Amino acid sequence: MEGSTLNSLDTFTEEEEMLRESVRRFATDVVAPKVREMDERERMDPEIIKGLFEQGLMGIETSVEHGGAESSFTSAIIAIEELAKVDPSVSVMCDVHNTLVNTILRKYGTKEQQDKWLPPLSESKLGSFCLSEPASGSDAFSLQTRAVKDGSHWIINGSKMWITNSHEAEIFLIFANVDPSKGYKGITCFIATKDMGIQIAKKEEKLGIRASSTCTLNFDDLRIPEENIIGGEGKGYKIAIEILNEGRIGIAAQMLGLAQGAFDKAVPYTYTRKQFGQPVGTFQGMAFQIAQAAVEIESARLLTYNAARRKEEGKSFTKEAAMAKYWASVIAQRVSGQAIEWAGGVGFTRETGIEKYWRDSKIGAIYEGTSNIQLQTIARFIQKEYS
Amino acid sequence: MRPSAVRLLNILVPVKRAVDFAVKIRVNPEQTGIDLNVKHSMNPFDEIAVEEAVRLRERLKDAVKSIKVVTIGPPKAVETLRTALAMGADSAIHVEIPEGTPSPEPLAVAKTLRELVMRQKEGVDLIIMGKQAIDDDAGQTGQMLAGLMDWAQATFASKVDVDPSTKAANVTREIDGGLEQLKCQLPMVITTDLRLNEPRYASLPNIMKAKKKPIEKFTPADLGVDLTPRLRTLKVTEPPKRVGGGKVANVDELLVKLKEAGITPKRA
Repeated sequence: MEGSTLNSLDTFTEEEEMLRESVRRFATDVVAPKVREMDERERMDPEIIKGLFEQGLMGIETSVEHGGAESSFTSAIIAIEELAKVDPSVSVMCDVHNTLVNTILRKYGTKEQQDKWLPPLSESKLGSFCLSEPASGSDAFSLQTRAVKDGSHWIINGSKMWITNSHEAEIFLIFANVDPSKGYKGITCFIATKDMGIQIAKKEEKLGIRASSTCTLNFDDLRIPEENIIGGEGKGYKIAIEILNEGRIGIAAQMLGLAQGAFDKAVPYTYTRKQFGQPVGTFQGMAFQIAQAAVEIESARLLTYNAARRKEEGKSFTKEAAMAKYWASVIAQRVSGQAIEWAGGVGFTRETGIEKYWRDSKIGAIYEGTSNIQLQTIARFIQKEYS
Repeated sequence: MRPSAVRLLNILVPVKRAVDFAVKIRVNPEQTGIDLNVKHSMNPFDEIAVEEAVRLRERLKDAVKSIKVVTIGPPKAVETLRTALAMGADSAIHVEIPEGTPSPEPLAVAKTLRELVMRQKEGVDLIIMGKQAIDDDAGQTGQMLAGLMDWAQATFASKVDVDPSTKAANVTREIDGGLEQLKCQLPMVITTDLRLNEPRYASLPNIMKAKKKPIEKFTPADLGVDLTPRLRTLKVTEPPKRVGGGKVANVDELLVKLKEAGITPKRA
């Protein structure tokens, strides 16, 4: 009979392919030369942030009217993956800005809020998503940051911790509770600018993604006008849950790119490094390890792209997103660890950049929902289905 | 009396889809050519040509009326045209040849381009193209085209300035002895050298805009051109493996070794 009109998971539109190529070249030409320095100095180069905005990579799904490219969700995933192949720190910056900050405004913002906030976010101002606190990580909704009404303003007090992009960001989405007696139903999403009085405190010194700023934020009687509530009072829980669901696919893409980047750096080396008269990559033991790693990367790729397409099609994707994020972070650590071993002593030095992928991979199992949380999510779906 | 209008420029940029410069090329088992089952992209010198056209528009603004790109290639070559459109070209022409047909030779390309130029109702004032393609390194097409059209030519350009009001161009050429300045009257052909500019990356908004830009399709038959190759490739082989050299102790020993290798001084 005729061939199926359905496509394989590695089918992309012409624009998506062009975007991949464009981001790949940008990452290779502009980002790659700076990766080591940014990692050693634990500092994101402002030129790279500027470059991402200029390439239109900070408003990927945003409408043209608001300064964006009005592209598909998969386009964002592709950009995140390609950036991660070169530098997972740059990738996560682009991921948080697009899949968390921009998307919240696009989905839950009023027309006025979108007109006000999306253009600067597309053009030049970096965004940050502030949910976690010193005492609430996985148990996100036991957050303590408090918002108290004062006339036409809200006064916010509290602290946020582990906040990505916070050092360079100018626009912040802050989750605070307006009525703790209601429990999680009091959590509300506020949008604020740095100059309203957000204090950027301690910058963490991390094992990996060191160029990505991770800071503690303090709010000391921070005054925010009431029109800066996104989605309405008490809607913060719903917003956060739904957005992190999508964000998961972004992290999966980052981990996928990371694994591929490590693989691409180490494997060619194994075909030039000779020992005992032959390239080490051609010894059967090595070849089998390399083949297994390739299988793992491909499996993570298919999970990630299928979750992305399911989301685009309006199908439920919570379970698939959790699977993709969980698995991609697992294989990212395995493959990047192996990449170091394949390159031997040279893989262990910081000069070649292979070890950086392994250090960067560790966070994959922790942020945007720990691996245990992902497994819990998946298990719930299975229990529902099978019992 | 009405003042004469500013002359508006129509720029044509021919581009070629060639094997990507980063690919490790391998000779095919039949020794008839290289393995073409590899990544292809726009010839780097052609990217520089597209970039120069876009920069001319940025400098001269409305004086540049249109930037049209053209390619002769298989169906897949349309990707190359889309990249050029995403860099800032307005429209494209695809002269389509069947998949697997050998790339046309420089003279055939020049004849095809001439035919297209003659068919442009608004005329063509400036053709900017790569100095050579990195697959055949022929470096002939621009020169042949200028000859066929009886147009001025400035090849290996490292700097281009166009004055639309006088329809003249100042071009700096890179030649063996250094740099040469040429002043030319339009219409003309310019071929680009490496140092002319650094091409931009197609930004995502421009990639999305490129979707809507028109691509006209032709076959060689439509244009009445014959792309049959005049050259037949007999054999393609890899260069012989490099053999290591040797160390010599002094000049006398060097002369002995040179003589042994069959290199003798020419008598005046």
